[in-house]
Amino acid sequence: MSLRSLALFRRWETLLVVLLVAFIVLGSSLSPYFVSGSNFSNLTSNLMEKAIMALPLALIIIAGEIDLSVESMLGLASALLGFTYALGWPLWLDIPLVLFVGAMGGLLNGVLVTRVGLPSLVVTLGTLALYRGLASVVLGPRSVSGWPEWFTNFGFSNVPGTLIPWPLLVFAALAIAFLFVLHRTWIGRQIYAIGKNKEAARYSGIDVAKVKTYLFIFSGVLSALAGVILTARFSSARADNGQGFVLDVVTSVLLGGVNIFGGEGTIVGVVLAIFVIGVLRNGLTLADVSPDTQSVAVGALLILSVAGPTLVRRISAAWPRRQLTKPVSNS
Amino acid sequence: MSTRAIESPTGSALAGRIGLGRTLTLVARLREVGIVLVLLAVVAIVTIQAPLFFSVSNFEQILLNVSLIAIVAVGQTTVVLTRNVDLSVGSVVGLVAFATGDLLKEHTLGVPAAIGVGCLLGLGLGAFNGLIVAVARVPAIVATLGTLYVYRGLDFIVAGGKQVSAIDLPRDYLGIATSSVLAIPTLIVAAALIALVAAYLLRNSGPGRELYAIGSNPAAAEVVGIPTQRLIFGAFVVCGLCAGIAGVLWGSRFGSVNALAASGLELQVIAAVVVGGVNIFGGSGTVIGAVLGAILLATIENALRILHLSEFWLLAIDGAIILLAVGTDAAIRGYFQRILMRTGRR
Repeated sequence: MSLRSLALFRRWETLLVVLLVAFIVLGSSLSPYFVSGSNFSNLTSNLMEKAIMALPLALIIIAGEIDLSVESMLGLASALLGFTYALGWPLWLDIPLVLFVGAMGGLLNGVLVTRVGLPSLVVTLGTLALYRGLASVVLGPRSVSGWPEWFTNFGFSNVPGTLIPWPLLVFAALAIAFLFVLHRTWIGRQIYAIGKNKEAARYSGIDVAKVKTYLFIFSGVLSALAGVILTARFSSARADNGQGFVLDVVTSVLLGGVNIFGGEGTIVGVVLAIFVIGVLRNGLTLADVSPDTQSVAVGALLILSVAGPTLVRRISAAWPRRQLTKPVSNS
Repeated sequence: MSTRAIESPTGSALAGRIGLGRTLTLVARLREVGIVLVLLAVVAIVTIQAPLFFSVSNFEQILLNVSLIAIVAVGQTTVVLTRNVDLSVGSVVGLVAFATGDLLKEHTLGVPAAIGVGCLLGLGLGAFNGLIVAVARVPAIVATLGTLYVYRGLDFIVAGGKQVSAIDLPRDYLGIATSSVLAIPTLIVAAALIALVAAYLLRNSGPGRELYAIGSNPAAAEVVGIPTQRLIFGAFVVCGLCAGIAGVLWGSRFGSVNALAASGLELQVIAAVVVGGVNIFGGSGTVIGAVLGAILLATIENALRILHLSEFWLLAIDGAIILLAVGTDAAIRGYFQRILMRTGRR
């Protein structure tokens, strides 16, 4: 079973690479500016907040839950950062504070899901509204600017002498850490076990509630971190920062081959999918398609990424069963 | 599979569950009384703070604001009853509102024909959601999160940066919202009629009861021969139609429509539905409860405006109310479950 699903995901990741190449070819045919170092650098820089939020969400979905509140936590983090900075507090104090609020937001999601026993879909739909609402309570309609140079440089400059945006380093470090934890440690195995069968995981001694709560906390902290990075990149803190990001984040995870019912998925797939969507959006932007119209393509990709494998699985499920019946009947 | 084996109920638990079904209906009915009580409390408190609040014209204003949300909430209820959810309703309302407005602006169609086309468009968008969920078996949350953005994107393509304003719209159409039947505004009458018809059908028709059965226990519903996927498809069609009707009335109510119309409406609708006691796990709840939920939320919103609280609080309050409502439900359910398990064992 695990061997077969592993093979399936190898094929799924190959598919993503093919899709990525196809979109790059498509992009270069749409605009002559597409294939250039500076465009790829720019494209990557645009993606990093969504990419950082996709990593913990992948783990949450593998564990059989969902977090729709990430984009609002990003907005709340940005608003709070702006609010505290406008009060004259130093950034070295503001940033940890904002990350702490992110942790608390994630903890609230986690507690409501694991202790109160509510479905994560409804909880995080509620906090999607709550956190965005609190963001606009904190900052109102204004935007805060006048950030220190090192902060905004971190947001949109490249590592000197290269085309690597600073936030990419943050994302790369996080992606490697997530990759290691999910695929090489007992924590990762517990997450898969919970997603495969929650009850069996509980009976085998896994503290399901604790693992899930930590995942939601991670999601909150990294969404807040994404809020800090977005604020630096735009050099503007606003309550509506990151509105609509949930589509791209959820699409990256599911297009990346994570099973919406939990128990399956890889970090490599998710990272590939993040870039597939980034390249698609960048190509469409260069072809003068507005972001709202681009969402038609991303939304369709989201639905297809779940409908496709389900249909394939249903068809392929008919195959091995027939092969298996023979040896069983012989014995 | 293995989860089901572990969860397979023992005799006493089974007795508890049969009783639980009945208790849940009881709780749902208590819920409706509960909402009315909370509503009265809110009205009393706000009236003491601001006597202006307590007037026929203000209540009429609240009900007018509720009417469109209530129509969408009726459709959402049918979907939630089957243990699904439709996040795309805001985009359906927006797309239908713009399409209807545009047809009228360009004088392509007369008012009745444009309204018909608008409703059909809503129905079609709902059917598309239904196909993705019932045929392609994509979980409703993913399917409708996708179409939330797909439909809104189509709205942007159709609108192309344009806007439909009140001057572009025929007087007959704008007159719908200002007209009244027996001194009651038409929109309120329409919402009440739709809610009553839906309440009757869900309570008394075969398919209506089967929607509850699917939500209570999808596997059991399948076993007793209920065409579950076909009914889930039907629930999404009804939801799309309701959103379509609300979309058609949107332009008449607000005069102008742009590509952003009704964005975020899904959160208000879902808040109304869960506050109204419709169980988010499916299987219990009523349309009347959902409508009462919508009225309660709109009254709170109106009260905030009258008390001059910042409207930036509104979204946060919607979110907090969703959490509070489902949290309370879970607590009540847990309480009754424990009681029933105990009596079952005895």
